Amino acid sequence: MASLSNLARLSVLLLLLVFLLQPIWFEPLLRPLVQANAPAIYNRGSLFWLTILHLRTVFIATVAATVVAVSLAILVTRKAGAEFLPVSRSLVNIGQTFPPVAVLALAVPIFGFGEKPTLIALFLYGLLPIFENALTGLTTLPPAVMEAARGAGMTERQQLFKIELPLALPVILTGIRLSVVISLATATIGSTVAAKTLGEVIIAGLQSNNLAFVLQGGLIVAVLAVLIHDALQGLERALSSRAHV
Amino acid sequence: MIEFDHITKRYDDTEVVSDVSLTVEPHTVTVVVGTSGSGKTTLLRMVNRLVEPTSGMIRIDGEDNRSVPEFELRRRIGYAIQGHGLFPHRTVAENIATVPTLLGWENARIKAKVEQLLTLFQLDPDFFGARYPHELSGGQQQRVGVARALAAEPNLLLMDEPFGALDPIIRAKAQDDLLAIQKHFGTTIILVTHDMEEAFRLADKIAVMDKGEVLQYATPAEMLVRPATPFVEALIGSSERPFRLLAIETAGDAVEPGGAEGEPIPATLSQRDALSELLWSGRAALPVAAADGAVIGKVSLAGLVKRAARPE
Repeated sequence: MASLSNLARLSVLLLLLVFLLQPIWFEPLLRPLVQANAPAIYNRGSLFWLTILHLRTVFIATVAATVVAVSLAILVTRKAGAEFLPVSRSLVNIGQTFPPVAVLALAVPIFGFGEKPTLIALFLYGLLPIFENALTGLTTLPPAVMEAARGAGMTERQQLFKIELPLALPVILTGIRLSVVISLATATIGSTVAAKTLGEVIIAGLQSNNLAFVLQGGLIVAVLAVLIHDALQGLERALSSRAHV
Repeated sequence: MIEFDHITKRYDDTEVVSDVSLTVEPHTVTVVVGTSGSGKTTLLRMVNRLVEPTSGMIRIDGEDNRSVPEFELRRRIGYAIQGHGLFPHRTVAENIATVPTLLGWENARIKAKVEQLLTLFQLDPDFFGARYPHELSGGQQQRVGVARALAAEPNLLLMDEPFGALDPIIRAKAQDDLLAIQKHFGTTIILVTHDMEEAFRLADKIAVMDKGEVLQYATPAEMLVRPATPFVEALIGSSERPFRLLAIETAGDAVEPGGAEGEPIPATLSQRDALSELLWSGRAALPVAAADGAVIGKVSLAGLVKRAARPE
């Protein structure tokens, strides 16, 4: 059963790679979707490079969001930072209530066109799920375990790094996974302000009424999201199967 | 030696522990008994400073327990709790090695200690060392919890209802193991429980607490004979008194000269169990055998009945 689903994963991944590197092989499949003279395969840049840039944008934004959100969660779960808990919660919530388009519109006059406003939108968007999950992970640790850690003579720092973070890790990873999937989809909007992402393909398709472009841009993003979601979920399972009683 | 010197703990307006003074002798087992909310756990947690007293002082071997940083103090004191609190993401061996690792012991020494303790607790080191806590039974987890508390060879071991989550048969075994290990290492143990049976089974001295105060601090025999207050008497349970008294001493202590018919009972058996044997076998007396099997005399129903009576 496990090997069967691994086989499915591998085939999807291979299919995606082949499509990105040799899209022309798939031209006959997409041809029926376009008018006679229009190109069926995106021809204004390499799909492979757009995918790499798309992933890079999501990666940078997620890493930054993870660092900030987890640090914030650690801070407000310490004795010294407890009073900042409500403030940090509402700050992060505000980040989530802003529609990404609005963030882009506001960021463009400040940072100009290109990748920067997209990164900022994705970063703000990614914060909340990671922060919420890190907070849940760090505040729902078994009391007996924490009592034992204190009683054994661990310093606060040792408790954090040896006990709290390792035990909260599966829950934090769930937050990161949610954040990555949201960002993968949201990043496409970045192309409206000239960021190099797969959104470019979709937007080009919408502008020239080319259904094949829209479809291939959308499909690549969807398959990426499914594969990454799946991989992170596998990682969480591997971690929590060990850590849970 | 642990000295509680006028220890008081107040949370806002409620006094949880009121002016407790008592001295725990080294290499003994002291059991603190009380109902829930009596302040017994708070008293225990003040020894390793998981709780700080509002006033008063606790001295360990003459030294104020606030004279070293908290984490250093705690590494020198074993601590075992109800529900064991094992670290779920670490193997049994890593759990036991917790304090030695914090103290920076060499790997070889840690490994040897872990193996010694696992063997002592009848857990095969090769099999159990690499397991995770959730793969163990409740009784095994509890033993690992106590092994972890003993890993850095502390002179003092604090135990907060360590056997509370175990079923009666495993609990009795765990109590016997604890006494054997206490003899082996000579550790001073302070144990908190609400179970009077457990207190009489383990204690050299018992402290009974109620509403933050120590009502009586005495040996089990003294407490049976002269309970300080009606509360202590009620806690002991008046119908249990003669049997508790018999449970303190062994059949060897009650030997009378002469012989008797029947299967000899070992001299190490408690007088309570000896009485039980007599009643069950329907005999008035049974021979008593020493460890080498030689019969050293008899115990009689009449003799035990006399011993179970309230001493004057």
